This record gives sequence, structure tokens and C-alpha cells, in this order.
Amino acid sequence: MTRFLPCGDTALAVEFGDRADRRLSALVLALADRVKAAAVAGIVEVVPTFRSLTIHYDPLTVPHEELKHRLAPLLAGLDATERPGRLWRIPVCYHASVAPDLFEVAERTGLTPDRVVELHCSVVYHVYMVGFLPGFPYLGDLPPELVLPRRENPRTAVPAGSVAIATTQSSIYTLESPGGWHLIGRTPLLLWDRRRDPPAILAAGDKVAFQPIPLDAYAELAARSAAGDLHLQPEEAGEAAGSGIPR
Amino acid sequence: MKPALRVVAPGLMTTLQDLGRRGYQHLGIPVSGALDPVSLAAANAIVGNPAGTGALEIAYRGPTLAVEADSVRLAFAGGTAAIDLLRSESASAGERLPPLQSVRLKCGAAIRIGALAGSTVAYLAVEGGFDAAPVLGSQSTYARAGLGGFDGRALRAGDLLPLRQPQAEDRGERRLPSLDLAPPQRFRVVLGPQDNYFTDRAKAALVESAFTVSPASDRMGMRLEGPRLEHGKGYNIVSDGIAPGAIQVPGNGLPIVLLADRQTTGGYPKIATVIAADLPALGRLAPGAQVTFEAVGIAIAEAEHRRLAARLAALPRHVVAVRGASAVDAVALLGSNLVSGVVSAHDRHWEPPYD
Repeated sequence: MTRFLPCGDTALAVEFGDRADRRLSALVLALADRVKAAAVAGIVEVVPTFRSLTIHYDPLTVPHEELKHRLAPLLAGLDATERPGRLWRIPVCYHASVAPDLFEVAERTGLTPDRVVELHCSVVYHVYMVGFLPGFPYLGDLPPELVLPRRENPRTAVPAGSVAIATTQSSIYTLESPGGWHLIGRTPLLLWDRRRDPPAILAAGDKVAFQPIPLDAYAELAARSAAGDLHLQPEEAGEAAGSGIPR
Repeated sequence: MKPALRVVAPGLMTTLQDLGRRGYQHLGIPVSGALDPVSLAAANAIVGNPAGTGALEIAYRGPTLAVEADSVRLAFAGGTAAIDLLRSESASAGERLPPLQSVRLKCGAAIRIGALAGSTVAYLAVEGGFDAAPVLGSQSTYARAGLGGFDGRALRAGDLLPLRQPQAEDRGERRLPSLDLAPPQRFRVVLGPQDNYFTDRAKAALVESAFTVSPASDRMGMRLEGPRLEHGKGYNIVSDGIAPGAIQVPGNGLPIVLLADRQTTGGYPKIATVIAADLPALGRLAPGAQVTFEAVGIAIAEAEHRRLAARLAALPRHVVAVRGASAVDAVALLGSNLVSGVVSAHDRHWEPPYD
């Protein structure tokens, strides 16, 4: 059931449920599109999350009650079908030197490290939302064999580029930061780059596929990224359809 | 010479801030901006800038800045501090500048701002503003990701802070007779968005107890010490968006009020949200200060929001000319061509009152 939740006098959350769920995510993203298209005066920005859309607004232009009246018609007949999004193919090195938790994850899941990597690369992930850190994507859903709770002892510093898993999700640390997820690989790409506008590349509704690369390729691509010489381009929805994931 | 202020000493945590970076929260990019937009607007009004012009946000202890421009006009607002206007950066003592009053400094002179009292943050505005390229639409510094401000970080000794104007406008000084920075008796909150994750006892404790501002507070969040707020159904939620002033309660039960550099989303339940009109006063509170809360409805929050907006809009009308020659007028003349330590009446640069 859809609910309006007040977040003080400058934000309102439209909540569709309380789970991380593809159907709820589709509703959130569909509403985000409608709200943006409606260009309601006073709405400053919208933030899609797993199960709700947070609308930041200026109550001097559109007070709370009026905002709810303006949103009500936009909620009618929302499509819960997931739409194809831009597909990003992200190279990941799973070599032990950049994957400090890979062996532990293998041990705890009863799989071989190779099988962990194979499974991690076996699905196309949906970007549910971006948050926690600038550009930090919440990607779902992991193959069920890889689902583990967060680490009991979070690290105080996780290196930027770390590819991680926890619960039903995967992510990529865009900046060095404290973190409690299991680090199973690293991408040479800069998912946060101040030289770009905007500096983050992934947005809610995008799709992500991971492609394993060896350590030497990682080093070469990392050098090119640092030099600002590597620009990842997404495949648009149409191209991605039926193309499969290269291995 | 590119007109600039040179950082002689950076202060504890001095950053360039305006009203923040809007429109990028969906990419996880925080809004940032001034913790106390009231004092920011006041400092800007005194030097004749639009209210949201980027200014230096000073936390706890201020910087020492040397003028490397023909002249520059500055004003300080937000609590009080010992503000010394120095003949040169190496001078040990100088004239005192009262808060809420502009001053013109010439090349070679310096301004030294001491420890803040009455607020943890204050603003130093320059006439015309700083010449820092906006990043994603804002000059605000978000140090964690190196965005905005001067090189994406707090000031360091030796930094040059470029100015938009090569010299101060040729006019008299101005001041704001007063600026009400008194905190509300109780900070007002709107319950939610996840008040249903807390026990009735926790909701009662929120509005019936006194909390103390923890020294672990920063631009991201104000940590409060006091009674632990009990969760009714766990302390994890499926992450959702975060509003300014959201009071999130992690597993230890101690609330954190999320401020300017708050993360855009979070996975802890938020029991209530401080109303926008009370956030500037909250941003001024020092560690050790007592905080109490009162729950109000949205209508009251919106009425208070309108009242604050009207107050800010009226600030420039309350700015008046500084009449007569004060010590500060004399200092306005300080510059490399003045050799005497004594400023005679003759040297006084009388300028007609502005208006």
C-alpha cells in the first residue's frame, strides 16, 4: 500500500513497501519519471530508493498538503514492470591481492573461489539506488548461493574500487570509506571521478554486468583510469536486449 | 596580481560554503552548504552580497588571512570572536573589529579571527564573493568527496583564495545593529518518517528528556547523548532517503541529527525530523550544549519556515551605515604605504555614510 511519510517540512517520502524488491523498485522509478515530467513548481529533487521515492521540496512554493494533492494523480496506474536500463559492463579483478575476502566468502558459502567469481559474474544486476557514499550503487540481486550477512567487524578503510557483497546485494566502493561488506574484487574504473560532470556514472534503474579480468589487465586499466584516459560507455537499453553477457 | 586572500593560518576547519548543491542527491551527492544560513545571510547582507553568496564557514577557531588585492571589504557574522585587524600578517596586535560590521582592508593588511563564542560556526563574507568555480552548481565544500570550495577541502596555510573584485567599492562601512542567534527554547520536530519503529517510551523520551551535544558531532551529523531511544522492531530499515534535520537512531539508541553534509540515504530508522526553521540554530550549538525537543505538526513547521524566510529577506533592510570615525575606519586605511604605528586623525579616510 502506498503511503506518504512526512520527513520534516522540506521532504516527503512516497513509500510503496518495506522490502528491496524489483517490483517496488519499478514503481519507485516510474513515479520518479512522472514527477520529473510533471515539473511541479517547488519540487527541488527526487531520490529513488529501494522502496520509496523521497521528494525534496520548498514548502514556500508548494506546501505539504498541496504537494500531496499534486502527487495523488501521478500515483494512479503506475506500471510495476521493470524497464530496460542502460547496461554498464564493469571489469573486475578477482585476484587475491585485490580481493581480501574472496577466500573467506568461498569458505563460508562452501564454494570454490572460482565458483564465487563465476556466480558473481553470472547475473545482470539492477541498480536499485545510489546512496551511502557519492555514487555508491546498491546492486541486486545476488545469486542466492552468495548471500551472507555483513562482516562482524567493519573495516575502517575500504579502498576505492572495491567490489563487495553483503546480504542480497553487491556494490562498488566509489571512495575510500569505512565499510562492512565482503570485498571480493576490485575494478580499475573510477566510479567517482571529480573530473567528470557529474562525477558519478551509475544511476537508479541502470543495469550492471561484471566481467572478470586478470591482474595485469587490472593494472593497465587502472593506470589509464587514473590518467583520465578510460571512459566507460553504457549500452543503451535496445542494444543490450538479448546480447547476453560475454565471459 | 590576481586579487586574493592568502591563508596565513587556516583555523580549525574553515571551508567555503553557500546554500548547498541541489539536484544530485539521486547520485548520492550530499547537499552540503552552510550549517547556519542565517549568519551566512547576515555576513553577506553587511557587505552587500546576495544572501546565498559563498563565504568562509569558520568552525570553532578562525583563520588568519592576508590581503593580496588592492583592497577588500569583509564582514563577520555568527556568534562572537576576537577579530584583529593587523597592519601586516606578522603584527602581533591590531585593532578590533566588532562582529556584524564591515571593514575595508588594503593590500598587505591581515585579519585574524580567534576562537568563536556563542556559536560553533561563523561566516566571513567578502564583498563580491570568492572566485571559486561552482562544482555541480554550488561553491559549497564537501570535503569527503573533494567537491567544491577551494580544491574540495578545508583551508590550508599558503592557500590563495581568489576574489571576484580586485578592490572594495568606494563607499562607507556598514553594520547590522543586531542579529538574533538565540536558540529556540525547544527544538521543534515533526515525527516520522519511521516513528512507528520506536516504542511509546522512546517517543516520550524524545520530547521529555534533555540531550547533550556530543563532541563527536561534525558537519554531517550532530550526535546527542542522553537517554537511549528504544527500537520497537529492530534498528535496520530498508535504506531510504534522508531529509535535512532527520533524527536517525542507530543500534545504540543514541540519536544523530543529520546536518548539511548528511548522507543522502540511510538504513537506520528516523524517529523525527527537526523543522527547517530550527536547523540554523541547531547548527550553531557547541558540544556540551543541552537540547530538548518538542513535536509539532507540519502546519506549524511551515509557518515557522515562512517566518524565517521573511526574516532573512528583511536582513538587508536592517543594515545601516557606520557613522563617525571608529577605530575600524582608521584600520581601513592600513596598507603597505603606511609606516607609522600611530594613525593620526589626518590619516582618517572619511567616507560619507552609505544610503
